[in-house]
Amino acid sequence: MKANAEARQRLSELLRSHEDEVLQRWAQAASRTLRGRLTDAELTAQVRDVYGALLGMVDGDGELAGALGGESRAALTELSQRWARQGFTPTETANLVFTVKEVALGLPGAEPADLLALSPLVDAMGLFTFETYAKTRESIIADQTEQLLELSTPVVKLWDGVVAVPLVGTLDSARAQVVMEKLLQTLVDTGSGYAIVDITGVPAVDTQVAQHILKTVVAARLMGAECIISGIRPQIAQTVVALGIEFGDIVTKATLADALVHALRASGVEFAKRSRAV
Amino acid sequence: MTEPAAAAAPQRLDIADDKDVVRVRQAVRVAAVAAKLPLVDQTKLVTAASELARNTLVHGGGGYATVAAVHNGRRAGVRAEFVDSGPGIADLGLAFTDGYTTGSGLGLGLSGSRRLVDEFEIDTSPGAGTRVSVTKWAR
Amino acid sequence: MDRVPVLKIGDILLVSIQIDLDDQTALQLQEDLSDRIVETGAHGVVIDISALEIVDSFIGRMLSTIAAVSRVLDAETVVVGMRPAVAITLVELGLSLNGVRTALNVDKALEILAEARHIHGVGLLAAREDDVD
Repeated sequence: MKANAEARQRLSELLRSHEDEVLQRWAQAASRTLRGRLTDAELTAQVRDVYGALLGMVDGDGELAGALGGESRAALTELSQRWARQGFTPTETANLVFTVKEVALGLPGAEPADLLALSPLVDAMGLFTFETYAKTRESIIADQTEQLLELSTPVVKLWDGVVAVPLVGTLDSARAQVVMEKLLQTLVDTGSGYAIVDITGVPAVDTQVAQHILKTVVAARLMGAECIISGIRPQIAQTVVALGIEFGDIVTKATLADALVHALRASGVEFAKRSRAV
Repeated sequence: MTEPAAAAAPQRLDIADDKDVVRVRQAVRVAAVAAKLPLVDQTKLVTAASELARNTLVHGGGGYATVAAVHNGRRAGVRAEFVDSGPGIADLGLAFTDGYTTGSGLGLGLSGSRRLVDEFEIDTSPGAGTRVSVTKWAR
Repeated sequence: MDRVPVLKIGDILLVSIQIDLDDQTALQLQEDLSDRIVETGAHGVVIDISALEIVDSFIGRMLSTIAAVSRVLDAETVVVGMRPAVAITLVELGLSLNGVRTALNVDKALEILAEARHIHGVGLLAAREDDVD
């Protein structure tokens, strides 16, 4: 139920004429539950922001959505995001907003009609902070997942023109994508003609995993580089054959060492043992 | 298929010559960037759009494309439509065969474009023109 | 219509595609290149596509055709600088770019071309001297 303009006008006057008291009691009430996790100054500043957002709605059209609510939404979003990162719960964040209800009720000259006008506005604000909080947590988790994927797919330079990607753990679609993109970009960045994809640490290879590896090899070839697959354990070799996966003319080696020798020879490097002095 | 809400009015581009195909690519690219599609997905979508726009020009005798930002409640995306009032496709099965690897240019190779996008719809029949709609979502 | 410039560097023709290629310009490039190969007697062609954000089936066919026509005219073609996103898309599209040699950069392309000439028994620079007779 939207508060009408008249009621909001009264509310605005009520709040503004008791501004200092409102802010003080609001901060006090909030600090009871937030005990010690924020300094007084920080809490007061936050309360002031929410107060500003509330006034924005009251003096505007009473709606949080829409053009007039823009600044209020911005203030609440900032609060939500900051508190989400600082580890406050979404309830605590919303409660900071809801606290103003009890504060307003205790103001001299406040009437039930004022609370009726205030309530829907505060409810909208509280719900908005809750929603923003949830979205922020989601994006933090998404970022962390991405970082984790990045960390777990190192590309190492073994020699001039030879890089290696040791794959460890299960290779799902998401990871395979990241690995592929990272490998291909490294080929460009280092100007390496050879990439060794070592799957010693991959417990099982199914059709999907094989597809991903094959796609990576074909893409690298299109760009002008060759991939060698190493670390193929006997069980994997058998699985590959049983599944009918064709590696075609892609070079496969049992060990990373063999793969490195192959890559070096292919790039024209010759090995010679120094003769020992008698 | 998800029922998305169009965020804004779709952009309409006529396809009458090969420069228009380039314009369509560019418009799709801009939309893909705005929807925050990762680079590889942008590339896939723009490539599919190029294929389909060219089909509209070469096989459909010209037509138009629409590009729109869409949202399905969780993610943002881009939807592109390609419309012509040409002869229509009589044999969809043939149109979906991979005609590219032979390099002969036969077959519309629609299956390739389909692999590049998340949603692919085609509406066609002989004499009734063709409408292809593709959508790609941000991850 | 834009025209893609073809540079001659020694025995090699270098093409760097910097624009969003429309079909007409692509076809014009095919023609220009074959003309220049015959004109200059070049034995190598390097096509730099590092600025191309996409390679679709038309451009793919253009590259294959250039490689094939050049070969008939006794010149080897190497395409360099394909972006990872483009390579990944081509794999998904199912486009194999048959007959097109690729390299990561111009340096590697020149190595490949030098080797190719060597295998044919005619050095890159030696050809110039031989022609004097």
